[in-house]
Amino acid sequence: MMVLSLLPGNAHSLYPYHAPACKQHYLYLQLRRGNVIKRPPSHPSQGPSVIQLNQIHKSYRVDGRDIPALNGIDLSVAAGEIFGVIGHSGAGKSTLIRLINLLERPSAGRIHIDGSDITALDGAGLRTLRQQVGMIFQHFNLLGSKTVARNIAFPLEIAGGLSRAQIDARVDELLDLVGLAEHKHKYPSQLSGGQKQRVGIARALANRPKVLLCDEATSALDPQTTQSVLQLLAKINRELNLTIVLITHEMDVIRSICDRVAVIDGGKIVEMGPVTQVFLHPQHPTTQRFVSEAEHIDESVQQDAFAHVPGKIVRMTFIGETTYEGFLGNAAREFGIDFSILSGRIERIKETPCGQMLLAFTGDDAAVAAAFAQFRSRGIDIEELR
Amino acid sequence: MDLSFLSEIDWPEIGTASLDTLLMLGGSLLFTVLLGLPLGIVLFLTSRGQLLANAALNRALGVVVNVLRSIPFIILLIALMPVTEFITGTRIGLLGMIPPLVIGAAPFLARLVETALREVEHGVIEAAQAMGANTRQILCGVLLPESLGGLLAGITVTAITLVSYTAMAGLVGGGGLGDLSIRYGYYRYQTEIMMVTIVLLLVLVQILQMAGDKLVQHFGRK
Repeated sequence: MMVLSLLPGNAHSLYPYHAPACKQHYLYLQLRRGNVIKRPPSHPSQGPSVIQLNQIHKSYRVDGRDIPALNGIDLSVAAGEIFGVIGHSGAGKSTLIRLINLLERPSAGRIHIDGSDITALDGAGLRTLRQQVGMIFQHFNLLGSKTVARNIAFPLEIAGGLSRAQIDARVDELLDLVGLAEHKHKYPSQLSGGQKQRVGIARALANRPKVLLCDEATSALDPQTTQSVLQLLAKINRELNLTIVLITHEMDVIRSICDRVAVIDGGKIVEMGPVTQVFLHPQHPTTQRFVSEAEHIDESVQQDAFAHVPGKIVRMTFIGETTYEGFLGNAAREFGIDFSILSGRIERIKETPCGQMLLAFTGDDAAVAAAFAQFRSRGIDIEELR
Repeated sequence: MDLSFLSEIDWPEIGTASLDTLLMLGGSLLFTVLLGLPLGIVLFLTSRGQLLANAALNRALGVVVNVLRSIPFIILLIALMPVTEFITGTRIGLLGMIPPLVIGAAPFLARLVETALREVEHGVIEAAQAMGANTRQILCGVLLPESLGGLLAGITVTAITLVSYTAMAGLVGGGGLGDLSIRYGYYRYQTEIMMVTIVLLLVLVQILQMAGDKLVQHFGRK
């Protein structure tokens, strides 16, 4: 077991985190299989939770039998965070996000938004709630018969209470926010996929919602457009301090903009925590699969390939500014040890630089151990694999 | 080509008949839309998975629509005579024609309206629901504008069907081009009159179709 220390001066600093040593690693997983692997919240200092799901169950009635979709979901989303839910199709993520604005009703459990119980809302109360929760969709769902401006004005007309001039002013404001001012009078069919989703975002923000729900919002877009839409969502989150919940089946989406992530499988949350932690130290098999898919690595193949490499093989994980420091060279000089890099990646998770490397250390056992102790004291996570 | 037969034709009579056809068409189309459009909307909204899903009402309306649609118009025209008299005070003439035309065509239009509304993507309706729209707002702001092209195409097809129904007006002394062509062309072997009325009906249907297409193009999905 090891403990990573807090990295001062970094907004996305780490929290104490326990990782089992390698040999016990798989045993540990076996034991934890089926349980939620919980990690500390990423923004303990941020406000109270905006969305709270307690023991949510949802089943669908098909041919007289109840088919469970969600099995006891507990979830809390803090104000101002971007919370991601990742899962394969059929895992229940789509049902989960649609519960938050009651497009689906839970079979059991309670949903709170901003502290008030919405589970039983109906009629006018439900419509008022929905005006406070924006939503964007995989296939955009724009009105083909209305121009961009009229699409964005539509939720304002539904909510009522604004004059024509006020609506026009708000529409212009939103068009500027999403960068579509010059396409104001076009019809959706004249726009590209990315532009359509920007209209969707502007429309979802029109009534100044507390929460934005993104239902596979980038799944129909190419990788480049996906990134530009994600950056727009991150910008909106920063500038408006808007809480965002998104569901996706792509780890890249989570890595790009999310603060925290929940991994959902078989109607249950199997792992949840800050993205850096879940991404760099996936515990549940489903999470590990998502990460290795995203990184195009297969650990078992990798370990066989390094069977002939001499020395101690370790996986080093660094988060934050240590990523860019010359700690390896320093240690080699100081302790008279040698290292070779077997594989590695340096990247950013949201704005946090981080890296993970497979290294082989050779030299005096005591010197290697001393070097590891020094790495650990600097907040670098070391898992000894061999 | 010998066009001398044209001078032997009773043009004022053809003029009157044309006007009668147009009056029957206009009057019945107006009421057909007034009746068929709401009926189609209700059929759609009460169907399974829709905003006002109501299996019993949907099935009941479906049966009524199917029954009316399976009766040949010429029989409907006669069978409805008491109803016609109750509504218009007469069983014959132009006025006697309108109720059966409407009752014959409205269920047809209702089915076309229902189909057009079904073409609206469910995701778009869901997006409006997620915005907090009520049923009226979804109907007026999403369903009708999004399906406008399909609705206009449905009304065009219904108008053309009504033109052919008006040909049976002779049975109740309703007049019109169809009646003229049967009376002169069929009973009296005056083929010229039949030819002229057929040409006029053809032109009328052509104009209706072209106007309909233009409207669909202009108001349909961009």
